[in-house]
Amino acid sequence: MSTAVVTVNKGVFSGFNLRQKTLLIIGFTSLLLLAIVISSVSFGEESLHTNFGSKNLNPSPEHPFGTDWMGRDMFIRTLEGLGSSILIGAFASTISTILAIVLGLLSSAGKIADSFISWLVDLFLSIPHLLLIILISIGFGGGATGVIIGVALTHWTGLTRVVRAEIKQLKTQEYIHISRNLGKSKWWIATKHILPHLIPQILLGTILMFPHAILHEASATFLGFGLSPHEPAIGIILSESMKYLSAGYWWLAFFPGLSLLIVVLAFDMIGENLGKLMDPKNAHE
Amino acid sequence: MCLKGENISFGYKKNNLILNNVNISVDRGEVLGLIGDSGSGKSTLCKILAGYENDHKGNVSIDGKEIPSKGYNPVQLVFQHPEKAVNPKWKMKDILNEGHIVPQNILDSFGIKKSWLNRWPNELSGGELQRFALARALSPETKFLIADEITTMVDAITQAQIWSIVLDIVKELNIGVLVVSHEKKLIKRLCHDVVYLDDLNNA
Repeated sequence: MSTAVVTVNKGVFSGFNLRQKTLLIIGFTSLLLLAIVISSVSFGEESLHTNFGSKNLNPSPEHPFGTDWMGRDMFIRTLEGLGSSILIGAFASTISTILAIVLGLLSSAGKIADSFISWLVDLFLSIPHLLLIILISIGFGGGATGVIIGVALTHWTGLTRVVRAEIKQLKTQEYIHISRNLGKSKWWIATKHILPHLIPQILLGTILMFPHAILHEASATFLGFGLSPHEPAIGIILSESMKYLSAGYWWLAFFPGLSLLIVVLAFDMIGENLGKLMDPKNAHE
Repeated sequence: MCLKGENISFGYKKNNLILNNVNISVDRGEVLGLIGDSGSGKSTLCKILAGYENDHKGNVSIDGKEIPSKGYNPVQLVFQHPEKAVNPKWKMKDILNEGHIVPQNILDSFGIKKSWLNRWPNELSGGELQRFALARALSPETKFLIADEITTMVDAITQAQIWSIVLDIVKELNIGVLVVSHEKKLIKRLCHDVVYLDDLNNA
């Protein structure tokens, strides 16, 4: 017990208890992500104008991430790319979550439905993730729509398994049987007894899906199967800057890559800390 | 009015019957004790009588009529582990009133305090939770109560308290009770009549 207390009251967060600390972390990281999205949306086209007078500049106070071979400010390009990544991630993981809920609920309908959905999950998991995204993306005509659909249609497997297992486990609980014996209908039991257990799982699953979706979108774009080159995207920035790395323009890849990593880690942190808040019993795991 | 289980056979595996041709009946207002060793199928018989287990052979009926599978079941089962019988995401007042609004006099006789109603299940002890489970099951619509080792996890004093309350309410509502236990002394104190599962069971 004493060691736990000591670790809580150390460093920047001294003076806060664990709950306040968790809330603070969630607040800060959400604010960071929100700021990225809002600023990327509010930047207009003109902020990315080409200026060949200032091309390939080193990072400086004026251009914190440097400039590229067309004189564009890399900081703004990175922000725009991250913003669109987050938005695509949000959209794709929302669709994936809806798919996961529908399939998870369907699997509790009967034995045939259950084995079909398990088979479907296994099928999707047996194909390498990125390959499947690229296939679906090409199948839907590539570009932004292609990659969004590709990411959305491949990230539901994990959450479907969680929802299915959770429902299975809940259905054997004594209080569910008792509720039925007290004359409650199936619908009543599903909404009042089962749903409250599922909501935290679904919320967490969605947030933890974000980093995957963002990274997969960036990878597909990096490989040239995603967003088109004129759109601001981290994948595009990274693949373009590969050509300039050997020329010593390290900042072209370094800062955008680092920013992507920070965004992904921020989502992970939000997810984990929300998990701690919603299920304090499992916080130690 | 009489709850009857006739020719009940059940096995969790094929060719391995736990219950074979068991006949049992409880009258309304009667308190019947059922004694059996661990693993003899007591709980399984309880689940069959209360309609929790439907893959059995034989009939369960009240006055010759089958118990409808929908709606309030007049046969209510209370389990050994009350912490499993409550939804951990519900407040105690919702758990208590899930079947019917439990009247204040029953709360008083069980000693359920008002301050408990706003708590979560994990903030109450096993004995306290079991009072809620019993109050929830003892509605005016309940005709038979099956008590499957309901006081095994509490101390002797609480055991005596809970049973005296239950027997009072049961008498008032004219409910038939099947008391299941492996404690012969307890059953002899509580029940009008005692049956041994080994005598009923041909498995």
